Amino acid sequence: MNQLLKLSAASILAISAYGVQASVFHSNTLEDVQSKGSLTCGVSTGTPGFSSPDSSGHWSGVDVDVCRAVAAATLGDSNKVKFVPLTAKERFVALSSGEIDMLSRNTTWTHTRDTSLGLTFAGVNYYDGQGFMVKKSLGVNDVSELDGASFCIQAGTTTELNLADYFRSNKMSFKAVTYDTSAQTKAGFEAGRCDALTSDVSQLAGLRSTLKDPSSAVVLGNVISKEPLGPVVRKDDNKWLNIVRWSLNAMIEAEELGITSATIDDASTSPGVQRLQGKSGKLNESLGLSKDWSRNIIAQVGNYGESFERNIGMSTPIQLPRGVNQLWIKGGILYAPAFR
Amino acid sequence: MFTKLKSLLYNNEVRAIVFQALAVVVIAYFAYQAFDNMMLNIEQRGIRSGFGFLNDEAGFAVNDNFFLEYSPASTNLQAFYVGIVNTLIVAITGIFFASVIGLIVGIARLSSNYLVRKMATVYIEIFRNIPILLQILFWYSIALKVLPSARNSMSFMDSVFLNSRGLYLPKPIMGTDFYFVLASLVIGIVAYVFIRKRSNKKHDETGINTNTIPHFLGLVLLLPIVVYFSFGAQLEYPALKGFNFRGGIDLSIEFFALAFSLSIYTATYIAEAIRSGVESVDVGQKEAAAALGLKNSRAMRLVILPQALRVAIPPIINQYLNLTKNSSLAAAVGYTELVTIFSGTVLNVVGQAIEIIMLTMLVYLTISLVISLILNIFNKKMQIKGG
Repeated sequence: MNQLLKLSAASILAISAYGVQASVFHSNTLEDVQSKGSLTCGVSTGTPGFSSPDSSGHWSGVDVDVCRAVAAATLGDSNKVKFVPLTAKERFVALSSGEIDMLSRNTTWTHTRDTSLGLTFAGVNYYDGQGFMVKKSLGVNDVSELDGASFCIQAGTTTELNLADYFRSNKMSFKAVTYDTSAQTKAGFEAGRCDALTSDVSQLAGLRSTLKDPSSAVVLGNVISKEPLGPVVRKDDNKWLNIVRWSLNAMIEAEELGITSATIDDASTSPGVQRLQGKSGKLNESLGLSKDWSRNIIAQVGNYGESFERNIGMSTPIQLPRGVNQLWIKGGILYAPAFR
Repeated sequence: MFTKLKSLLYNNEVRAIVFQALAVVVIAYFAYQAFDNMMLNIEQRGIRSGFGFLNDEAGFAVNDNFFLEYSPASTNLQAFYVGIVNTLIVAITGIFFASVIGLIVGIARLSSNYLVRKMATVYIEIFRNIPILLQILFWYSIALKVLPSARNSMSFMDSVFLNSRGLYLPKPIMGTDFYFVLASLVIGIVAYVFIRKRSNKKHDETGINTNTIPHFLGLVLLLPIVVYFSFGAQLEYPALKGFNFRGGIDLSIEFFALAFSLSIYTATYIAEAIRSGVESVDVGQKEAAAALGLKNSRAMRLVILPQALRVAIPPIINQYLNLTKNSSLAAAVGYTELVTIFSGTVLNVVGQAIEIIMLTMLVYLTISLVISLILNIFNKKMQIKGG
């Protein structure tokens, strides 16, 4: 009798507790991050220059720097980031389920992703486009010569859709072999399974440099799509969206103002610089952050240009030119809304 | 009153029912809560739900497509069907070859010939003990390395081509004459079944055996071919145009790598099942067959195997199911089956993980249940009747 009573009481308690617990719903990411004392950031499983770990497990890359900037703004320390490597298929589920606080994993900003996944893109940290790498021996100089060719593609990317769109609109035929990882895609291309490999331009140069014989392949000049890559957050937390968006903007603004990690603490009479240093204005209040949030980003991570040159610039093995990712005042399209 | 209640409480049967009912209620409540919570979260986060995405345009190309209508302009539902068909084709191919290889190797393992026996053992021990994913990747990379490029294809009579991208075969052009071919095939099969029945009856009555293999070849194979060509058959030949072969039937190298690996991996388990079945047959049966003057091969076919299969079929069913489920490893080599197409590309485009994974699981569940249903019926037929 007693046992039965105890058991039923326990199960009723468990059920009601479970019921209450289950419907609790996280919408204050900032509070979560600050109480945890670290930011959980979803990154790629290894894309050189964007997000990849070194031999000692230290993550670096332009995507990683966005995570670090948000950690510097919210926690005052750019190293308080827990990186979660995710495949292309896993990334959105990981974010919407709350496993990660933000996603910064060369993710293309598309209409569908922005409107139907319960997620919001916080900005663009790299303007990419889809390009092609072909075997030099084919003697091909332009995509239009690739009618009927086979393409190696990595699964779970917008690449598959762009390729189909391009060939449909140009009334050309093609064959696509879709692999799971970029290593397999490269292996398929090297073994001659396909005539061309297609991927984001930012990745082609890196892939080509890791071929057994890089001179056997050429990257074509064609770019067939727009791939604005940027950080993503959950839709239900506007405050957090603003924090991520303006952390990225702070890096771009700092480059425009000419301040770097080395010069951020130098005295300046410019009101714009002073606002970024946290010495004047109240930009922090509406974000719910401390006064030195943007100063911490620049001091610890650097401005956008520093991050670019350190990770993917001409002095790195990736050797990407700034191109459209140059500031608007220097002929690019990088443009941070006004800091005031 | 109270004592009556008390006696009910201490009644074992009543207690058992109460506890079981309680367990069902708790499980049902948990399931309901989980589902409710999921729907609440989906709604609050503004995530699209439901199955409307199935009618959206797929927008991507599929490499392996055997007979369904599909282009990037097709819907996600059509892509789903292509995925199911491709899964079924690789599973059926794998099951067929795994059974054939498994039967041969299983019998070879018990051979009196030392070399044959040992070779079968070595084969089983090697391929059974290497993870299937590694084998798929291994055979795929071997195929890519060994086979020539598209421009240097191996060709047979200028109509069949093999290169590192796949096998290209001539394709019969299906016109109205195709229905005559189909009709002749049906007629051939019916006629053969009739002849076979008559010869069985003759055998039962007189003991005289008639060889019906020529009848089979003539009626089921030759007749449709003759009809086909007499209607002025045309074949579409594959030809190298530009980068690739166009026209004809195109079987990708990924399909071969996957089907081959699944076959030789699963065959080892089937061989072991066959061996255990054969070993379970009493030695007296073999001796009795020999005493009746049956040759070894006939004794095996007519006496040993029918009894061995009774023991072997249940484990073989499991292997067929395993093979079907293992076919989802295709993602590793890029064969476009259900998981690659639907839980891969479509999921990434649409983003509705719950619906898409549920549909995928439902397909595998259905395929598995159908396979085990068919084989269970077969198993019942093989059992000793009236026993």
